[in-house]
Amino acid sequence: MDLDPSPAAEALRAKARAWLAEHVPAAPLPSLETAEGFAAHRAWEARLAADRWSVVSWPERYGGRGADLEQWLVFEEEYWAAGAPGRVSQNGISLLAPTLFEHGTQEQRARTLPPMARGEVVWAQAWSEPEAGSDLASLTSRAVRTDGGWLLRGQKAWSSRAAFADRAFGIFRSDPVTRRPHHGLTYLMFDLRAPGVTVRPVARLDGRPAFAELFLDDVFVPDEDVIGEPGQGWRIAMSTTGDERGLTLRSPGRFLASADRLVRLWRATADPGDTALRDRVADAAIGARAYQLFTWAGAARLAEGSAAGAESSLNKVFWSEYDIALHETALELLGADGESADTEWAEGYVFALAGTVYAGTNEIQRDIIAERLLGLPKGRL
Amino acid sequence: MRLQPTAEQRQFARSLDAMLTACDTPSAARAWAAGDRAPGRAIWSRVAGAGVFALAVPERYEGAGTLPVELAVAFVELGRHAVPGPLVETVAAAALLTRLAETGDAAAAKRLLPRLASGEDMATLAVTAVGPYAVDPDAADLLLVADPARRDAPARARRGPAPSGDAVLRAAPGHGPLRVSNDPVRGRARPAPGGEVLAEGPQVAGAVAHAVGIAALATAAQSLGVGLALLDRTVAYVRQRTQFGVPVGSFQAVKHRLADTLLALEFARPLLYGAALTGARADIAAAKVTAGEAAYAAARTALQLHGAVGYTEELDLSLWLRKARPLRDAWGTPSWCRAQVLA
Repeated sequence: MDLDPSPAAEALRAKARAWLAEHVPAAPLPSLETAEGFAAHRAWEARLAADRWSVVSWPERYGGRGADLEQWLVFEEEYWAAGAPGRVSQNGISLLAPTLFEHGTQEQRARTLPPMARGEVVWAQAWSEPEAGSDLASLTSRAVRTDGGWLLRGQKAWSSRAAFADRAFGIFRSDPVTRRPHHGLTYLMFDLRAPGVTVRPVARLDGRPAFAELFLDDVFVPDEDVIGEPGQGWRIAMSTTGDERGLTLRSPGRFLASADRLVRLWRATADPGDTALRDRVADAAIGARAYQLFTWAGAARLAEGSAAGAESSLNKVFWSEYDIALHETALELLGADGESADTEWAEGYVFALAGTVYAGTNEIQRDIIAERLLGLPKGRL
Repeated sequence: MRLQPTAEQRQFARSLDAMLTACDTPSAARAWAAGDRAPGRAIWSRVAGAGVFALAVPERYEGAGTLPVELAVAFVELGRHAVPGPLVETVAAAALLTRLAETGDAAAAKRLLPRLASGEDMATLAVTAVGPYAVDPDAADLLLVADPARRDAPARARRGPAPSGDAVLRAAPGHGPLRVSNDPVRGRARPAPGGEVLAEGPQVAGAVAHAVGIAALATAAQSLGVGLALLDRTVAYVRQRTQFGVPVGSFQAVKHRLADTLLALEFARPLLYGAALTGARADIAAAKVTAGEAAYAAARTALQLHGAVGYTEELDLSLWLRKARPLRDAWGTPSWCRAQVLA
């Protein structure tokens, strides 16, 4: 066992640190859940991409640096420690791109990935439906065969980033007669500005349009935008949800940086005699370290050739609950100012509240942990 | 950045596991609690034979070199098997003597360390700044006591180890009456005053602080092992125990509690190994509080999910159930550990 980053990771760390020190905006960008903030974040993605920092783990030919998992983790630590902006292209980079690398065609990768890396095309995910949240197998939106492609019909809900995004990816029922709900689903990409698409922004708890409903009325999708074989959408989506729950969505660097800010806030403002609050701050520091080391251990297992599998459910429950506890502690430290909605902590708090719901609710994750990691019998009573 | 056990470390854990499985540790632990040390001493010899006590002793004193990661690996197994005796205190005593020798005070190390490394001697250790009691002093061959040299050391320091300034290390001549512990396998008593002074001075305080860190690390590892044993046994139980016509393990309320137990233990594990690798005080404190709380939560879950049968001494589960809480609080309470993380 060791904790020493590889020489390549250390080299990348030094380069990233220098670049970020020079380029991270001095003032925070406006919230990316506003039209103005979305545009500012897009411009930041372009700036990152110009020096090949937007997708460091991708191959060079798509705008990346071919960074391995360890290098990526180190880059993320530097990125968040530098106070750099949130990533408006997160959905595309962490969900669609891994899917294309695994299941897409050469042509789809060449066409889709470079504009994603530059923030020119920002992707929304279109998975959930009004009657299908964590139970994705009950999807009813349809993809109907037509000349040279498919027609999408139905409604998607809670589509993250869709209020301002350009394109979306999701799964649709292409074979309505199959008796097994996991069969007959097709994974495809579509244009949010195509004829037949209506985007209705939905305000999240703080009033900002962080997601949207999509109404789809015979929206045409050419065959070239189907990912993998038609009917195989479930299998393909499951390989992507593993990424979503796993470490690519929430890198430890982000929590390390937040915990560090929290500890500094505590040192600057807290009553040293308030040991109850001190203990919660300590738990936030410990949790960030635990998540970092857990991730390193997971990366070492992946490097040995193990699959992430059900362990990504442990990861997801941990970071989502940790994120809320961290922000609750910050709000408490802020005292009367904790109620003010215009702080970075307040926005982080609202964002964190969703974590236990999306990417498969934590109840679903706990079922997966119990059944697949502990071997308990199936049943949801 | 490879926070995974090496093939050798895995093999070491497996061989300890196999050896301890063959030893019937639950019977030895019950005998130990009843005052019959023979089966426990026999296991002690086999643990020593596997090289566990040598892991805190340099080669020049017939040890294996100081190997905290291997020590952590070993103590997870000792916890999983509920091995009785002052295991943590013996390696902490060895670490203390080793650090003293490294800082120029080698007389006690020369005399005592080889017998600790080989398992011939069982040691126990009381650090006054941590607490007044020594674990199993009646069973130990060597009762070390670290006192602050100045009598003005504040009593409030007892909630956690914070040795500073000068210290005195002595071999106590005996101990007061044993107090029954919540874990009957852990007898405790106050060391008697006096005895041979082995070392004294600021270097002793440094060595004591180091020993307390090793004790906390080994206790964290032992806690993790206790928690894993509690989880394993509870999972096995809820799979076969039926109520309302189905295994209770199929109820979501039961599953989720066990999922949370696994989650807490699996996030304590990397903290433990990370702390063993860095040896940093804050890292050890983080591992200690996290593993201690995870194991204690595992005990509460095990008790709840076993129901009334879990609330009996007869079931072997009680050996781990009762250990979790004392280990959580030994060698650094949760509150003290959290303060260390931010210190």
